[in-house]
Amino acid sequence: MKNEDRKPKGRVGEFIANFGWPRIIIAIFLLLLFVIAPFIGIDIGTSLSDMLVRVGMNGILVLAMVPMIQSGCGLNFGLPLGIIAGLVGAVTSMEQNWQGLFGFGMALLLAIPLAVVLGIIYGYFINMAKGDEMMIGTYVGFSIVAFMSMMWLRLPYKNPLLVWGFSGTGLRTTISLNGFWMKVLDNFLAIRIGAHFFFPTGSFIFFALCCVLVWAFFKTKTGIAMSAVGSNPQFARAHGVSVDRMRIISVVISTVLGAVGMVVYEQSYGFIQLYMGPLYMAFPAVAAILLGGATINSATISNVVIGTFLFQGILTMTPSVINGMLKTDMAEVIRILVSNGMILYALTRKGKGMPK
Amino acid sequence: MTNGKPLLSMKGIQKDFLENRVLEDINLDLAQGEILGLVGENGAGKTTLMNILFGMPVIQQTGGYKGTITLDGEEVHFSNPNDALMAGIGMVHQEFFLIPDFSATENIFLNREVTRYSFLVEIFGERLRTLDRAAMNERVVQLIKELGVDINPDTLVSEMPVSYKQFTEIAREIDRAKIKILVVDEPTAVLTETEAEALLTVLRRLAAKGVGIIFISHRLHEILDICDRIVVLRDGKLIRDVPSRQSDVKSIASWMVGHDVGDFVFQPKQGCGEKESFLSIEHLKVLMPGEAVKDVCLQVRKGEILGIGGLAGQGKLGIANGVMGLFHAEGSVTLGGKSLKLNSPLDAFRAGMAFISEDRRGIGLLLTQSIGLNIAFPLMQVKGGLLKKIAGLFTWEDEKKIREITTKYIERLDIKCTGPDQVVMELSGGNQQKVCVAKVLALSPQILFASEPTRGIDIGAKHLVLSVLKEINEQEGTTIIMTSSELGELRSICDRIAIVSEGKVAGVLPAEAPVEDFGLLMLGE
Repeated sequence: MKNEDRKPKGRVGEFIANFGWPRIIIAIFLLLLFVIAPFIGIDIGTSLSDMLVRVGMNGILVLAMVPMIQSGCGLNFGLPLGIIAGLVGAVTSMEQNWQGLFGFGMALLLAIPLAVVLGIIYGYFINMAKGDEMMIGTYVGFSIVAFMSMMWLRLPYKNPLLVWGFSGTGLRTTISLNGFWMKVLDNFLAIRIGAHFFFPTGSFIFFALCCVLVWAFFKTKTGIAMSAVGSNPQFARAHGVSVDRMRIISVVISTVLGAVGMVVYEQSYGFIQLYMGPLYMAFPAVAAILLGGATINSATISNVVIGTFLFQGILTMTPSVINGMLKTDMAEVIRILVSNGMILYALTRKGKGMPK
Repeated sequence: MTNGKPLLSMKGIQKDFLENRVLEDINLDLAQGEILGLVGENGAGKTTLMNILFGMPVIQQTGGYKGTITLDGEEVHFSNPNDALMAGIGMVHQEFFLIPDFSATENIFLNREVTRYSFLVEIFGERLRTLDRAAMNERVVQLIKELGVDINPDTLVSEMPVSYKQFTEIAREIDRAKIKILVVDEPTAVLTETEAEALLTVLRRLAAKGVGIIFISHRLHEILDICDRIVVLRDGKLIRDVPSRQSDVKSIASWMVGHDVGDFVFQPKQGCGEKESFLSIEHLKVLMPGEAVKDVCLQVRKGEILGIGGLAGQGKLGIANGVMGLFHAEGSVTLGGKSLKLNSPLDAFRAGMAFISEDRRGIGLLLTQSIGLNIAFPLMQVKGGLLKKIAGLFTWEDEKKIREITTKYIERLDIKCTGPDQVVMELSGGNQQKVCVAKVLALSPQILFASEPTRGIDIGAKHLVLSVLKEINEQEGTTIIMTSSELGELRSICDRIAIVSEGKVAGVLPAEAPVEDFGLLMLGE
């Protein structure tokens, strides 16, 4: 019997038990921030829009955690691999001067095959070190970022808008998407209310589509076999399921989602950050899904959605409210504190929900 | 009772898990040198009662207990196992409490090592005394000899077969100098008959020295054989407390389940299937740790129930595991004239075979998933059943069909649960085993390997599992190969029984053959 399951009383108690105290506390905290905000001169409409834009921006990166968690590979700390694929897709599409939704679509089309290849290689690494997947993932992520830092300088990109002005070779650290496909999803069917409120409909539709696809995948024969590998690899093997193959498929799907998530992130953010940019990008995504109630051996789509909203809400609101009150810029410090604190919390609860 | 005053006395013990009352008003006395048999179905509260006595942390964490425990006339209240150990209570657990990477000696002497003086003690204190390994090994050799088994004191626990682990654990408990009470929780469940006999002898010897013993077991013959008094628990209540002389297997069994149970004897089948072989195993070699198969040749006839018996560690479990591809196997297996690809579970299933694993929790079940998924999984993955196409694109699980089939098997096998969506981990051992059986029934296999299908489950579930096996054999013509360490069980259900000794088939006898013949084969004579 776990402590958290103790005595659910009536409907409220049951709801609390299902939703989990950590999430309720953070949701209340977030609500509190929204209540305080107007009193220190922060516009609710702007804050809300900021939050929604960030949810649309980050949602798919968080979703990229699900397949690997479900197959028992733990949290995908190797997310930078998918992100790199997304970056290559994006800059290659821009190199051709492809614009608008077409440019965005081509970026995805170029990124996905690369993500599949990288995912298969990553999958082999993961299978070599069963039990230490998260450690492997972290270092695979770090290594690819360092390797690509060299490659960005060497790859034969020529478009003057992408490369360093003075030398004519090597990609810039920050590339603006302005004039290419900046905010093509955010602005698609966007809803504007008043001067400040903005709802990025396109990004949400796209996020929802990806969620439905992942959800549907886990209802298929392969998806169910994958979940079985995650909950009991011995069982899966005894019933003729190839454990290694399922794990590689899950890593490939996670990496592809990482690549797609990155392209969506870029269109919303408006910039592409190369070199050390992707180094720590796995951590906020990991923190978000854990905040949403996932553990390192089980995750659902609702964990993704709830976690992304709460995490991005906290990230948007805490710095602006605290900056408003303290008159100093605390944004980065708080972001690091919240995301790493969340990861630490989740990893210490590692055993929860696992059979003995 | 030797001197009127009991050694241990438990009064009015009551324990709740959440809103669930698992023990109610239990009163129990144990005299010096007495062996008390504690019996009850799985979930009757035996283990919980012993956990309370032993001060296991799980009791405190779930809200403690009510009632008093008196040891040697003094009221005690153990809050952790260490206190209980200090007070002279030893416990041999159902799940082994041993360190896998330590040797037998190290485990037995853990935290009470024989030590020698070294000069470092002057500086750093008593904890820096050095270990006297020679003395410890010598003591262990003696202990092991007392137990009547042959364990090398330097063997790592992780490399021992289960029965050796059990003996190591027992050796550790009986070596405590001032042990007053020894609790043994199903010690013989993993032992073969000869090993169990050796253990019972040791327990008798201990009792003669004045140690009070609480003996928990599902094997009623043993209980009757060794115990002075028998206490029967049912649904958390104490049903009977009688001297063993005044009871017999039948009455104990009926007290346990609360109604009369018929004998476990099935009617022998008319005619024993076709004579020619259906499944033919030639020179099978299986690398299964602790149960290695060296060279097995076995012919199975269509429609028969073939039993595989033998002592623990001789390789009887390896045969099914090897044919089904769970452990690396070499040799040739032919099914209905067609050669089977070894080391591939999927090919084994596709050829029409199915397997009930002896490792229920480790291999047999997805503990964290629903009953429905557990039952549907093999059918879905192996035969592509229970799936539906959506818009011609996706192949999806057919939730309606899964629910139907699950409900059907819940009814047929009388699985006690809240519904198809309940998580398997929450079920009792017997009901978990029924899920394993349902899982293979759903496949309607031609050949079913059932390894220890009744191990560690209560009498009611046992009967049900065996009847279902018999039923599918008779009505659907399923050929069954059942492996069990209980010879009596094999004799009650099988047509023929093969005895495995030292990784080879020592002989195949009809089930009606006299017990002594089987015994001789087991001993390899």
